[in-house]
Amino acid sequence: MATAIDPTVGGLPLPGAPSPVRGRVLSRVRGLRPAVVLSAVFLLFILIAAIAPSLLTKGDPLQVNLGHSLQAPSLEFPFGTDQSGRSVYTRVIYGARESILIGIGATAVGLGVAALLGVAAGLGGKWVDGVISRLLEVLFSFPLLLFALFLVAIFGSGVSTQIIAVGIASAPGYARMIRAQVLQVKGADYVIASRALGHKPSRTLFRNILPNAFRPLVVLATLGVGQSIVWASALSFLGLGVAPPAPEWGAMLDAGKDYIQTAWWLEFFPGAAIVATTLAASCIGRYLQRRIEGETY
Amino acid sequence: MSTTPSITHGGALEAPPRRRVPWRTAVYKALGAILVLWAAATLCFAMQELSPGNKALAILGGAGARPPQAVIEETEEKYGLNDPIVQRYGRFIGNLATGDLGTSYQYKQPVTSLIKEQVGPTLVLVFVSTLLAWLISVPITLFTAGKGRVRSSMGAGFEAFFAGVPPYWLGLVLLVVFAFELGVFPVTGGTSASALFLPALTLALPLAGFLGQVTRDEFERGLKQPFAISARARGASEGEVRRRHVLRHALLPGITLTGWAIGATISGAVLVEVIYARPGLGQVLVNAVSNQDLPVVVGITMLVALIYVVVNLVVDLLYVIVDPRLRTRKEVV
Repeated sequence: MATAIDPTVGGLPLPGAPSPVRGRVLSRVRGLRPAVVLSAVFLLFILIAAIAPSLLTKGDPLQVNLGHSLQAPSLEFPFGTDQSGRSVYTRVIYGARESILIGIGATAVGLGVAALLGVAAGLGGKWVDGVISRLLEVLFSFPLLLFALFLVAIFGSGVSTQIIAVGIASAPGYARMIRAQVLQVKGADYVIASRALGHKPSRTLFRNILPNAFRPLVVLATLGVGQSIVWASALSFLGLGVAPPAPEWGAMLDAGKDYIQTAWWLEFFPGAAIVATTLAASCIGRYLQRRIEGETY
Repeated sequence: MSTTPSITHGGALEAPPRRRVPWRTAVYKALGAILVLWAAATLCFAMQELSPGNKALAILGGAGARPPQAVIEETEEKYGLNDPIVQRYGRFIGNLATGDLGTSYQYKQPVTSLIKEQVGPTLVLVFVSTLLAWLISVPITLFTAGKGRVRSSMGAGFEAFFAGVPPYWLGLVLLVVFAFELGVFPVTGGTSASALFLPALTLALPLAGFLGQVTRDEFERGLKQPFAISARARGASEGEVRRRHVLRHALLPGITLTGWAIGATISGAVLVEVIYARPGLGQVLVNAVSNQDLPVVVGITMLVALIYVVVNLVVDLLYVIVDPRLRTRKEVV
């Protein structure tokens, strides 16, 4: 494992050691694992694609050009073209926005529901905790995708259902972690100290318990966005989410399914975008986790 | 019941004799499992009640249909849709307990018989891929874990990659490479053994990656444990220590997680069946979801919950039998 010589232990400067120099970005980047740097660069690229896709491609993702249909990857069309002659590269770039927004939306829904359940279970006392913990246990017997499919069956398919379904289906996992975190923080010395100082319960809650209990959420959210993109595009892939003409990654996989025998690039590149985004998000997530736990590589 | 106290676990000679099968634990766990299933059924019922669509309309042919009012009322009467909620709940739970999952809106056929026709290939797929996942992950762990930086990071990289790959994309890639380009395996071919390999591999690789990550952690920790050191001190070769002692120790968390991952594997099976056009519950479920055929969706969801609960019950009991230490140890997260 690459370990940079670092004057800090557990994030705290050692007495007598020189304090870490803030401005020297390059030397800090050099101390990181290559995978972390690569992931960060890739996510930056995806973010640019999501915010300003026209910077990365000149084409129009919906422009039909039947003269160019189903062409293999070439210099002009780096990822090939689809059955209507649209550039797959352009569509993957433009698809970033919708895929990422759905992923972030679903994660936000999931973490929101989970935070309510987790905090209520952690602070609500024996009965509330018992009921919520049992509920979570029951929800765990529904696998994520099946739970999401159930919700789609009830509320009908579409983008908003897709976001809500994936979000709610992933909430039990987050809720369990948040509950554990709240319970752990609740018993910490600084919480006891805050009470002993006579602070109002609301102050202890908002100034001490919640900020500390929610700190690992940064990690959960990063990992979660990757997973949400995977599951949301699974719904699109099954034809239950974003409808095909839109350039969303899962919907592109669904649309390309019929041509897979002759045009592999229709499936390979949108799928590779999902895989790369997920892997990069989980790599960054694990890096953040190590940072929170006090390691700095 | 006879017990042979082992001297490999320090102090085990003084341990009180224990029975081979902990019946008490088994009964409690089984009761708990039934409670979980009941709660899951209640949740399914409650979610069905939340459905904004008109159920009579769904039965009569979906949102596009315009049946006359009289027919709607007749259908509501026939399916008991206007009965008070308590009565419908009682009927739902009662029927469920006797294995009756209601009638499909789409096919007008009992859901139980619909599932029975389709469940076979799915169960075979899930079972074979779980087995395959273990067959892939154990050798990789044995050959790479704790064997120097290059080998272990290659193994860990393999595992991280496959653990993160969505099964539907992996399935499409394998399909293109092996079925279309190389022509080694049939593209789609019903339920024959050769048609099983690619779908099973598609499900097995991500599971192998996931299991491998857990097993590797435990394996590398195990290599430094006192039992490994003492085995080395007794003159066992390094290979023997890895295979006989450390591997056994390292498999336990993976076994628990296999129970936990069964749900994810079934979810994956749904996707894989759609990709390979393989008969099974996947096609039925996706079809039912897009047509809002709630009894079929609820039926399959409850079946999966049942499989999940039963598998985890079995894993829990096996665990207690295999390793009594874990009765007092904290839960593996």
